[in-house]
Amino acid sequence: MSIAADQTPPCAFCMAMRRISMAILPVLVVVGVIVAIWYAAAYGMNRVSTLDTAERRGIEISAAEVFADTMAQERPRLPAPHQVVAELWNTTAGEPILRERRGEYQPNPRSLFFHAYQTLAPTLLGFVIGTLAGLLLAIGIVHNRAMDMSVMPWAIASQTIPILAIAPIVIVVLNAVGLTGVVPKSLISAYLSFFPVVVGMVKGLRSPGAMDLDLLRTYSASRSETLVKLRLPASIPFLFASLKVAIAAALVGTIVAELPTGARFGLGARLLTGSYYGQTIQIWSALFMAAICAACLVALLGLIERTTLRRMGLDR
Amino acid sequence: MPEAVISADALDLTFQTNDGPVQALSDVSLDINKGDFVSFIGPSGCGKTTFLRVIAALEQPTGGEVTVNGMTPDEARRARAYGYVFQAAGLYPWRTIEKNIKLPLEIMGFDRTEQERRANNVLQLVDLEGFGKKFPWQLSGGMQQRASIARALAFDADILLMDEPFGALDEIVRDRLNEELLKLWARTEKTIGFVTHSIPEAVYLSTKIVVMSPRPGRITDVIESDLPRDRPLDIRDTPEFLALAHRVREGLREGHAYDE
Ligand SMILES: Nc1ncnc2c1ncn2[C@@H]1O[C@H](COP(=O)(O)OP(=O)(O)OP(=O)(O)O)[C@@H](O)[C@H]1O
Ligand SMILES: [Mg+2]
Repeated sequence: MSIAADQTPPCAFCMAMRRISMAILPVLVVVGVIVAIWYAAAYGMNRVSTLDTAERRGIEISAAEVFADTMAQERPRLPAPHQVVAELWNTTAGEPILRERRGEYQPNPRSLFFHAYQTLAPTLLGFVIGTLAGLLLAIGIVHNRAMDMSVMPWAIASQTIPILAIAPIVIVVLNAVGLTGVVPKSLISAYLSFFPVVVGMVKGLRSPGAMDLDLLRTYSASRSETLVKLRLPASIPFLFASLKVAIAAALVGTIVAELPTGARFGLGARLLTGSYYGQTIQIWSALFMAAICAACLVALLGLIERTTLRRMGLDR
Repeated sequence: MPEAVISADALDLTFQTNDGPVQALSDVSLDINKGDFVSFIGPSGCGKTTFLRVIAALEQPTGGEVTVNGMTPDEARRARAYGYVFQAAGLYPWRTIEKNIKLPLEIMGFDRTEQERRANNVLQLVDLEGFGKKFPWQLSGGMQQRASIARALAFDADILLMDEPFGALDEIVRDRLNEELLKLWARTEKTIGFVTHSIPEAVYLSTKIVVMSPRPGRITDVIESDLPRDRPLDIRDTPEFLALAHRVREGLREGHAYDE
């Protein structure tokens, strides 16, 4: 009896902390394993050049020195995680986004945020164009037999063409007709992002069952009313699933569009200049920036998805 | 002679399926008068749903003729002659109960205040006041089915076609809804076509019971009920009720014997 009386109820804060740590712990373990493997790989891949350098200089170095060198090379084959993190930090927090030049504030090309913006702007534009195109195509496919038969094979074919091969052609052609800047890049990203929207929305627009459709027929609803009152709302969950794929594809599209055209700004440009000059750390930090951007965009869509579905009563 | 609201004459309907033709309706002739409560009963596959769908212009007959208020079913539908209640409630999950009830009203172009008035009206009629703002999944199956009836009532069609509306509900809820349906029918003087598998339900509700049998789907008996229109639940224990139920059962059995 006295034992039970002695027990104080666990404090709410401790409970919350425990719940959070239970959720985070597995994630930390996975990340930890990945980082460890990465360090091991960095050591393995950079060791050869460390030993070569030492041999050329005719110096004997200890194992510890070898390890230290593999972690701190200027142009490693595989940069160590902390090098990438440091580069990310220096090029974001360590650089102003705008800098003063001859009394004017101009974008700072050493800021990775600036490059990310250069890539994100066409990505978002391309995403919007691609989504609208995908939506219109899906609506056409669902409502028109001829489109149903003819559009899908072309859409699939369009995605089997290597984007890397046609991107320069598209950019050059568009430049020739006077389109430069954001638009050509965004068209490439639209090209990649319309496809998941078409596929998902065709399925979504066709998801209402026979009974749901019959109900509207008993009201003599027109096709456009059926679209607005039934097909579109029913396809919203499908739409969000597609949009998440589409936005990631749009980002890839923009980066790829930057690669073959010698773009000076943008994450793709960072990848390109990095590979010209063997700046692997720069390449990796650009890659991570791209991944972070993609994750943020997808997370943002997830947030919009959740609020939308909740307001529609579809999220129980 | 009361006027026939729905009149079917030698209806035939054959579905072309991959396994060959299926004759769902064969030589079906029937007159339904204004204010009738007609039940269709018969074994699975005898064409009850198909007949209702032909009346509602959801299916085209391959032979014979139907008229509704003297029009073709298609014209009658455009004239908003019927409300249709499906076997499942079929409420759109992204619409609240109120918005579901307003769906036909939106499509038929009622203005907002009228939509509001009618939605409140029918919600009261089916005893769902205060549930208008809820989503369908927040309601029990019986309440959902009542909401779907409210939706069919909202635009005030003269004919209500109901395809096993209470088929998925338990007996107690079903009894209650049957009672309410009768009251509603008495109050609104609608003509009702009602598909069921339950003999007591058919006898309790109907002024006219249509017994059907399958392969090919046809009408084997039409029983006029002489029960009073005002029916308490315990009418089901009276000899008149039992006699009617017996006749329906015989009709069903006969239809089956045809088959063997
Ligand atoms: N769209 C269709 N295509 C092909 N065959 C159909 C179609 N609809 C119904 N049938 C066939 O027509 C016949 C009658 O079907 P119906 O749905 O009218 O029966 P029912 O009396 O309503 O049966 P239940 O009591 O099971 O609902 C069945 O044999 C069925 O297989
Ligand atoms: Mg049926």
